Amino acid sequence: MKKFSKIAALALAAVSAISLCACGSSSSTGSSAEGTSGLKAGFICLHDENSTYDLNFINAAKAACDKLGVECVIKTNIPEGQEAYDTAVDLADAGCDFVFADSFGHEDFIIEAAKEYPDIQFAHATGTKAHTENLSNFHNAFSEIYNGRYLAGIAAGMKLNEMIENGQITADQAKMGYVGAFTYAEVISGYTSFYLGAKSVCPTVTMEVTFTGSWYDETAEKTGAQTLIDDGCVLISQHADSMGAPTACETAGVPDVSYNGSTASACPNTFIVSSRINWEPYFEYCLNSIAAGEAIATDWCGTLADGSVVLTDFGAAAAEGTVDAVEAAKAKLISGELHVFDTATFTVGGAKLDSYMADVDSDADYTPDHEAIVDGYFNESGDGLRSAPFFDLQIDGITLLDTAF
Amino acid sequence: MSNRKNHEPLVHISKRDGMTFKKALIIRIGAIAAALILCAIITMIFTGENPFGIYGAMAAGAFGSVRKTWITFQNVSILLLIALALTPAFKMRFWNIGGEGQVLIGGLAAATCMLKLGDKVPNGILILIMFAASVLAGGIWSVIPAIFKAKWNTNETLSTLMMNYIATQLVAFFTVLWEVPKGSGKIGIINQDTNAGWLPNLFGSGFSGSKYLLTIIFAVIITAGMFIYLAFSKQGYEIAVVGESVNTARYVGINVEKVIIRTVFISGAICGLVGLLLVGGINHTLTTTIAGGQGFTAVMVSWLAKFNPFIMILASLLIVFLSRGAGEVATNFGLNQSFSDILTGIILFFIIGCEFFISYKISFRRGGHKK
Repeated sequence: MKKFSKIAALALAAVSAISLCACGSSSSTGSSAEGTSGLKAGFICLHDENSTYDLNFINAAKAACDKLGVECVIKTNIPEGQEAYDTAVDLADAGCDFVFADSFGHEDFIIEAAKEYPDIQFAHATGTKAHTENLSNFHNAFSEIYNGRYLAGIAAGMKLNEMIENGQITADQAKMGYVGAFTYAEVISGYTSFYLGAKSVCPTVTMEVTFTGSWYDETAEKTGAQTLIDDGCVLISQHADSMGAPTACETAGVPDVSYNGSTASACPNTFIVSSRINWEPYFEYCLNSIAAGEAIATDWCGTLADGSVVLTDFGAAAAEGTVDAVEAAKAKLISGELHVFDTATFTVGGAKLDSYMADVDSDADYTPDHEAIVDGYFNESGDGLRSAPFFDLQIDGITLLDTAF
Repeated sequence: MSNRKNHEPLVHISKRDGMTFKKALIIRIGAIAAALILCAIITMIFTGENPFGIYGAMAAGAFGSVRKTWITFQNVSILLLIALALTPAFKMRFWNIGGEGQVLIGGLAAATCMLKLGDKVPNGILILIMFAASVLAGGIWSVIPAIFKAKWNTNETLSTLMMNYIATQLVAFFTVLWEVPKGSGKIGIINQDTNAGWLPNLFGSGFSGSKYLLTIIFAVIITAGMFIYLAFSKQGYEIAVVGESVNTARYVGINVEKVIIRTVFISGAICGLVGLLLVGGINHTLTTTIAGGQGFTAVMVSWLAKFNPFIMILASLLIVFLSRGAGEVATNFGLNQSFSDILTGIILFFIIGCEFFISYKISFRRGGHKK
């Protein structure tokens, strides 16, 4: 078992290294192993390496700690309850200088721990509260994954175009399906950017979305994907963490854009590409900051340029010319020439959007509090706002099959 | 005659008349030792790790620091409380396997009070309201199947089990209703700024166990109380009689319906109290998994201890020790948590298995003709 997981970890590390190179980005932040050696970092994961989401964090944590000579403690299967607090303070007791938690529901419990240990730096991925909590040792982090989703969407659109050209479907039948976890802004931002990417190359595309009500539910994700396929969707993508949707696609022979990492080995015939966040740059940034005695940003948002947002290698199912189209769009996104949520490219309720107040500061009444439309585009995860996505608009062309969650 | 003798089975299982405490103890210790040896062999074959290192890590996971020790005893208390809650029902042969749902519904009641009354009433009164609401909610949740059992003799195993699913779905519904931020499916910590409805930390923050002690105190009180109630009270005696024979109970003038409903209410009420402790005292949030399957684990604890509250302490400790140790093994050795679950399974298998040999005797057919 251990041998197997070691081999798997090595293989995945290799894959991620390759995918980094493929994107032509470097994750080096000018670090030196000297300042950081002797530090100890603790990582709290909701599941273990069987979840693609957690595996992505685990690999990045190990890689960053190895590179910087930092002692690495990884706690897996920590639920989103008081156990998260218990684990965080336990890591603090054990001498960790940096404690990181990977799941949305961990946040409040990590805040409790941060209040109790003001000298230790706590960071939390996907959280929304650091900018309103006013704790100098509690930080949120995310990455502009909507850019990655957009690029993956271009790959999907290219595939649709190929299917139209081959006469497999008509232009009107270019309908994609998306398996989401919750009707949460992070998911909405993700599927909307994916859709807009596809639409940028295949104008007739539409999309249907279904929600599972869980971040990890293999059966529900598989069933959801199958429902979409039965409903006439000719390409599937997902924002949920299991192999459910990719496996359903492989069985049905439907092309698939996965998330969090390549599913090419399990789904060789249908895998197109996967976008993911590479957390290594963030971990290195935090550990270097601690070593240098510098403050860690309250909200940190990784980008395509710094190597935080990456695409895996393209699978056999990818259409011809996809690499070039994606690279071209990537360059434009990095230069700022292109914005994913450009209000000229989508409508809400048939109308163009000129102003939208987003719910950036979390509160029980979901009060809209910040203007999100800046210079003609929706300023997702913009500077001065929070790093976690807050795009929660229902744009035209996307149909939600259910909104129970 | 001789023909019939040939039909005597090769293996014959019979109930033991009784075994001395010393002999039973030796069998139990032997079973644990055998389990540990088997676990060691399996560990070496499949992982190549030193089994003593693994056992050491398990101990460190449960008792490795002052805080870890407190958490271990807090977790033992929760499991013990649920097991104690189920015990009077079991003693009456009412198979309450709805502990999970009764805990959840108690927790839902507590969370509702915290959210809706948090800024309306003083904290002391809020906690009293939460206490009443949780205990009542748990009690009502268990009494519904009890009434059906008492009046129409429905199968309580099925109905208490089904009530679990209803409770889970109710909690899921309210989680979505109260989620923050919108769509996230999480309530988060309730009243994180005001701490309204949070059960008190005892002896101030200078005391290492202040966060954990309240649950432990509840467990101690209820363990002693349940022992006295079952062994020495009239109601406890009625429970035992109804459990032995409903007809006998009726014959001696016990109102069986009343005893069933009263006992099962107590069972559910204590589960409701556990819901209060989990939501108001420990987690300060509500999720569908807050009971974490302990409503079912507690069934095993209660049975393993043969309904003796004091032995239940040991049984809970064993199970919590194994599960907390499992997490530490996963971290220290890079093994998947499933491996620790395998070891836990082996140990429990041996312990439950040895109870069989304590209660029953296996005789083999003797050769030859002796009369």
